[in-house]
Amino acid sequence: MKAVLTVLGKDKPGIIAGVSLFLAEHGINIEDISQTIMQGNFTMIMVVNIENSDLPLGELTAAAKAVGEKIGVTIHLQHEDIFNAMHEV
Amino acid sequence: MKTSNILETVNMVDKEHFDVRTITMGLSLFPAIRGSAKDTASAVYDLVTKRAERLVKVGEDLANEYGVPVVNKRISVTPVSLITAPFKGEEVVIAKALDRAAKAVGVNFLGGYSALVQKGMTSYEESFIRSIPEVLAETDLLCSSVNVGSTRAGIEMNAVRLLGEIIKETAEKTKDRDGFGCAKFVAFCNAVEDNPFMAGAFHGVGEGECMINVGVSGPGVVYHALQGKEDLPLNEVAEIVKKTAFKITRVGQLMATEASKRLGAEFGIVDLSLAPTPVVGDSVGRILESMGLQSVGTHGTTAALALLNDAVKKGGVMATSRVGGLSGAFIPVSEDEGMIAGVKCGSLTLEKLEAMTAVCSVGIDMVAVPGDTPAETISAMIADEAAIGMVNNKTTAVRVIPVPGKGVGQTVEFGGLLGAAPIMPVNPASSAVLIHRGGFIPAPIHGNKN
Repeated sequence: MKAVLTVLGKDKPGIIAGVSLFLAEHGINIEDISQTIMQGNFTMIMVVNIENSDLPLGELTAAAKAVGEKIGVTIHLQHEDIFNAMHEV
Repeated sequence: MKTSNILETVNMVDKEHFDVRTITMGLSLFPAIRGSAKDTASAVYDLVTKRAERLVKVGEDLANEYGVPVVNKRISVTPVSLITAPFKGEEVVIAKALDRAAKAVGVNFLGGYSALVQKGMTSYEESFIRSIPEVLAETDLLCSSVNVGSTRAGIEMNAVRLLGEIIKETAEKTKDRDGFGCAKFVAFCNAVEDNPFMAGAFHGVGEGECMINVGVSGPGVVYHALQGKEDLPLNEVAEIVKKTAFKITRVGQLMATEASKRLGAEFGIVDLSLAPTPVVGDSVGRILESMGLQSVGTHGTTAALALLNDAVKKGGVMATSRVGGLSGAFIPVSEDEGMIAGVKCGSLTLEKLEAMTAVCSVGIDMVAVPGDTPAETISAMIADEAAIGMVNNKTTAVRVIPVPGKGVGQTVEFGGLLGAAPIMPVNPASSAVLIHRGGFIPAPIHGNKN
């Protein structure tokens, strides 16, 4: 099962490290990654595979949010279907 | 997947108040009918708690997994007047069992304490309707509705007369909470059987045994989509609304499909309604203003609402396999920050609200009126709305709160999603003679389509 992780916030050292560590700890594989600075804001989008994760998606989203709060950025982890549903006819 | 699409979805939730307003499980109560009111109440409790046991958990799981809040988890049931028919005078026993069941499974509301009397009010339905004030005063989560008219049947004016009294009595019985009981009651014309929204949800007799109906929201998303587009002609505004409604509704479809799969229920419908909340930035009133009105309620409001309502339907209808419920724009006063502001500045009046209901999905909704408003005046408001619904072949509704001991200029706070309502003046001239005539208003000629 694939999910999309978005990270939004003020750029600072350690964001990618913190997020990658969280993903590795839970056995989540990164399949695609894009990162940019949009209007001064750090914006990172990852497509991840959570098939081998130790937690179900519902719990991972809460854990990801908590990691974001610790680093000082906003993190969303969402099932990819929500984006496909909304943006594909 | 395009970065811009992903960020658009994330922003809708984070900044534009996008949510799934409700996942409503529709349940047939017919299998719970027993030989006495007490046994029926017990069977009703068992049926609801068993069938809806995992509803709240599934709703929360879906919200977490998809990253879109599911604000309400609700239940609608078979119109209870059909279940209580053999137990005249004991309706409250079954109402209390439903309230207990709703609390046990943790839902926000349970709708369906309802009667459909558009073609005639039977003695058991009259007894049922007379129990509504007590039920709304003594239960917490039950919502009630009565359908008094339809395009096919006309308007049952004896029921309309009675409902004026019932609404007054409900207000009186809940006067310690500013007549809050009335916020849980709707009078309908052309009520729909698969509406997931409260207070008017009930599970129609033509429905399946256990259905999942989903109501999406998204006034904030539509509002944001229209910002910075002030120079566009209105047909292009309609295009933007259509595209936005499509995206919103697709989420409803996804949630409804997944929820029904996980709950072992049948997928019912997605209701395309734009349902506002009292939060700033989640207002239907402000969408209308962003089309170029200084204040909602001024001349042009009905036209703007007609455009909005139609575009929402057109955008949403392709996004789901089955459209249902009320599907349009809601215009409740107390639940919409822009509408409240419109009333407070004198731009939005009850008369204009009535005109607006001719082109949108519901009616006079969450409107507070003075506590000394005569029952006949409330009945006459219901009759007017029912007439608009009957002639225009659409659902209309009245949910008014005559606030005991309070008058024009005061505001009542209901809290939460129900918001705050400035008390609006009603026409002081009497409608009593019309209402006391009774009988029925015959169906319009175009109701006879066969």
